[in-house]
Amino acid sequence: MRITSPYRPARRRAATAVALAAAVVQLAGCMLFARAPEDLDYARTRTSEQGLYRGTIRPEGDSIPQGRLHRWTLHLETAAGEPVDAATIAVDGGMPQHGHGLPTSPRVTRHAGGGDHVVDGMKFNMSGWWVVTFRVSSAAGADSLVFNLKL
Amino acid sequence: MRPTRTALAAAGLLALVLASAAAAYAMSSAGARWTPAERALLRSLTLASLGPLPADPSNRWADDSAAARLGHRLFFDTRLSGTGTVSCASCHMPELDFQDGRALARGVGTTTRRTMPVAGTAYSPWQFWDGRADSQWAQALGPLESAVEHGGDRTQYAHVIAAYYREAYERVFGALPALDGLPERAGPVADSGRAAAWRRLPPARQEEITRVYANIGKAIAAYERRVQYAPSRFDRYVEAELAGRTHTPASALTRDEEAGLRLFIGKARCVTCHNGALLTDNSFHNTGVPLPRVALPPDSGRTVGVRQAVAAEFACTGRYSDAGAEDCQELRFTVTEGPELVRAYKTPSLRNVGGRAPYMHAGQLASLAEVVAHYDRAPAAPFGHSELVPLRLSAEERRQIEAFLHTLSGPLVAPAGYLVPPATP
Repeated sequence: MRITSPYRPARRRAATAVALAAAVVQLAGCMLFARAPEDLDYARTRTSEQGLYRGTIRPEGDSIPQGRLHRWTLHLETAAGEPVDAATIAVDGGMPQHGHGLPTSPRVTRHAGGGDHVVDGMKFNMSGWWVVTFRVSSAAGADSLVFNLKL
Repeated sequence: MRPTRTALAAAGLLALVLASAAAAYAMSSAGARWTPAERALLRSLTLASLGPLPADPSNRWADDSAAARLGHRLFFDTRLSGTGTVSCASCHMPELDFQDGRALARGVGTTTRRTMPVAGTAYSPWQFWDGRADSQWAQALGPLESAVEHGGDRTQYAHVIAAYYREAYERVFGALPALDGLPERAGPVADSGRAAAWRRLPPARQEEITRVYANIGKAIAAYERRVQYAPSRFDRYVEAELAGRTHTPASALTRDEEAGLRLFIGKARCVTCHNGALLTDNSFHNTGVPLPRVALPPDSGRTVGVRQAVAAEFACTGRYSDAGAEDCQELRFTVTEGPELVRAYKTPSLRNVGGRAPYMHAGQLASLAEVVAHYDRAPAAPFGHSELVPLRLSAEERRQIEAFLHTLSGPLVAPAGYLVPPATP
């Protein structure tokens, strides 16, 4: 799996990819529309946009189901590797190529300790490229973790 | 000249050999025509991948066979209407895949939406085109009180149960409340006289009558839950393809149907939303469906539907639900606002779609050809934002997709006698 350069924030990369994909759609129609940009990083451990956090997503059962509510655990650490427990975390996301968000409103329902945060209400109803963003705010500062998923 | 002629003959022979080899390959190794990813995707679209019926924790009687038998009788009973002429089966006709073939449903009046089929809806977390009900039993209770569908009300229905179903009802749900002095016609309905009569009832009385009403829905849901789709030619085709078996007439797809299937999962991307064994993502999308041909009140789809679902008296989280606090996950985590809800409607299952014209939430499109042409053209939405983009399909490709959609037709399956009216209403 390709590792994102820490000097290039993931969201900017995603935004560039979306813009490129949109341009391609205009030119070439749906066949290309459905395909995600090829250089997306699908790693389950990512560094946040400003580099304040490292986050790891652990979907329940490991593989991400389509069309079914399920639970994730987000493991959160500072850049220095210290687990982060006291944090406000908002979950957002969607399908950049479809212009819509997640079909559900997932939330952190429990801070499990050791840097683990239980996220309930995850659901992906369509095949294709999804983005899930965690907006994290803690004593370490505010930053966003962006994960790409392919269903 | 001679060497050239020889070379030509050799080349011709080689081409012939290659062509026959290719043809033989295509005919003999059916399964090999699909990549591993395509094979996995095809399998996911068949009934073999459907999985067991999901539990409905909001309906304690969902899997009670006596409740289902009662529900079967109620489903066909026209006494459950204001006029005595409309039953659930008036619009959800078993012989027509539990729909009515009309653009707009007709009960005691005309509705603003297309009748939806019933089979397989136990798998969906949301009912109605806008998902304003979160269970089959909550869905069943909507039309019963609608002024244009059944046109009846709660006290009327309680009297019907007491007069014709007391024994069957009490065996499942326990004793009926006393109905002495209860108005013949009262309920929280549009009719002002009946609504006023309902308001005059003490809250405790309203609640015990409403519980009878909710139980009617739960019995009907227990029946509906048992109505399922049986395999179509498409299911048998995939089964044979994946097993590498030679096709029989019952499993074979024509060249056009097969090409349509490839388009369905490929270039046309139908499978993006029409996924899973029921070919629906059970979610809501604005696909720029045209306005209805007749003037109807503005309809903003899921925007309003989700508000109604969350606030619904018969929601999973409501007092008439049997669910525990942790059971109502879909409702708990649903998206309640946002631009993508505007004029978004539920993705319908495509099972039996070929026999179910007209299409869309108000029957706007008369034929499957029109539907495929709509998705190909991807017009701007009348309001809200359409998720579609033009597909640039050829006329032949559109025809092939349409041909494929017809392979999704199959019979319904249910316990004995459930697909026809009961012997004794």
